[in-house]
Amino acid sequence: MSCLQIIQDYSLRAVGIGERLLPREDFTLCHQFTLIGSGMIWNVYFGLVALTLGFFLATALAMGKASSRTLFRKPSEWFIFLFRGSPLFIQFFFAYFLFLNLKSVHPFFEPFTAAWLGALVVLFFNTAAYSAEIFYGALLSIPKGDVEAADAYGLSGWSRFRRVVWPTMLRLAWPGYTNEAIFLFQSTALVFFSGFPAWQQRGDALYYASYFADKTFNPFVPYPILAFYFILLTLVVISVFGFVNKRLNRHLPQNTRQKIRLRPNLIR
Amino acid sequence: MACYLTTGKHMSIYTSVLTVLLLLGITAPIALAFGFGGATAARSQITPLRWFGKTYIALVRGVPDIAFFLFFVIALDQAVEYLRHKVLCPGWEAPIRQGNDFVVCQAAKMPLGNAPQWVHESYGFGLAVLTFAIVFGAFAANVLFGAMRAVPRAQLETAEAYGMSQRQTFWRVLVPQMWVYALPGLSNLWMVLIKATPLLFLLGVEDIVYWARELGGTKTPRFTDYPHGDWRMWYFLALLVFYLLFTRVSEIVMARIMSRLTHGQATAGGEAQRKAAA
Repeated sequence: MSCLQIIQDYSLRAVGIGERLLPREDFTLCHQFTLIGSGMIWNVYFGLVALTLGFFLATALAMGKASSRTLFRKPSEWFIFLFRGSPLFIQFFFAYFLFLNLKSVHPFFEPFTAAWLGALVVLFFNTAAYSAEIFYGALLSIPKGDVEAADAYGLSGWSRFRRVVWPTMLRLAWPGYTNEAIFLFQSTALVFFSGFPAWQQRGDALYYASYFADKTFNPFVPYPILAFYFILLTLVVISVFGFVNKRLNRHLPQNTRQKIRLRPNLIR
Repeated sequence: MACYLTTGKHMSIYTSVLTVLLLLGITAPIALAFGFGGATAARSQITPLRWFGKTYIALVRGVPDIAFFLFFVIALDQAVEYLRHKVLCPGWEAPIRQGNDFVVCQAAKMPLGNAPQWVHESYGFGLAVLTFAIVFGAFAANVLFGAMRAVPRAQLETAEAYGMSQRQTFWRVLVPQMWVYALPGLSNLWMVLIKATPLLFLLGVEDIVYWARELGGTKTPRFTDYPHGDWRMWYFLALLVFYLLFTRVSEIVMARIMSRLTHGQATAGGEAQRKAAA
């Protein structure tokens, strides 16, 4: 079987298009590259959607945590502590069984027991909490002069937030937020190892990598391939976020611009 | 209720909590040692050693840790068996890698096939500790590397001016001063390490995640005196609370250590402490 044929059969296997059965023997490099790559579709999906939705919730939470009103501050603080203080792995498990129980109460929760929605919700809340902490830190370090200048121009309320506070917060938070995005993409690898079943063996990249490692008893091929894909993904994230960072900093003189410093990736 | 919570199976979940604490207790110092070694290697004068240190840090940081966890355990296992095979069975003709199979002679199996159960378990645990130590060692190395560079240059120059040798400068001036710079990073790592412990489950150790799934599952009256429905949700809720409490306590302890370490240091924090005292 030629490699082109394999790519045709398996490149969209993770979303259920193409060959139904996974290869059982004669694992070639091409098989492994194609299937693990096909699994990356899920990693990208989880990461991208959770990051996009999480961004808005994170902004709200950061504003809440910085608020002087206890009514807003306390819930935000608790939300952030809850999701930052416990392992994502346990959160996945808990959420899965919670949704299972809720399903029997109301059929509305039916889709939540599937990974595509249930795990997404967990990742969404999780990244919102982590990003909110980053945004909160940035919110506190907005130069006093900027806000005073906004006041002097007569800006207040929503327009002050939109034109001064929010852009500055984003600019300051962006390097940290880039790291958060990288972590998030990497933690998507946990999804199918934590209760959420891979329906019809449609799993993510790690799911397929461990499938191959199990079948061939040789971890030295699938995991480096997985690493290769993740490094590629990380490079894409870095370049996209670097582009945004440039845009956020474009009004500043060259030498005061903030560079993105990549910090180690950590488990959550 | 009290009876239910003290059945034999429940005793094993409590032991597995201890396992987690034990893992943390053993891994943290080893990872710190790895980190210290890595950081010293990365700033060594000897070029190959420096390359080794830098590669170690860069390699482990670039890849999702969970992939490392899955990879290292099998890789370490096979490496140990391969070495033992070479030493113990010199007369063995057949190739070790037969296609996709990994075959070593009986005497080289690790642990031995006839070893008691606890040896198998503690061997798995040992591999897990080593894996954690390698991964977290790289992060710690990165933190310590940064901390060593953060110690003001003037301090080291003063030490040299006093006629201290390189080694003396390192141990007497650099190392005692670097901790205050390293602590925020290290405490962060500690939090992450706490949160990484459930991954033990993936390494095949019967840890709290395993028991929570096991005990929470639906029980019929035929097998147990305490039948119940699907309680896994509540078991995982308990785990969630356990981790939250653990994190909170660690936060408080870290804040204490930080305020102690800052004492008398040439940093903004130390300055603030001095002003507050005066």
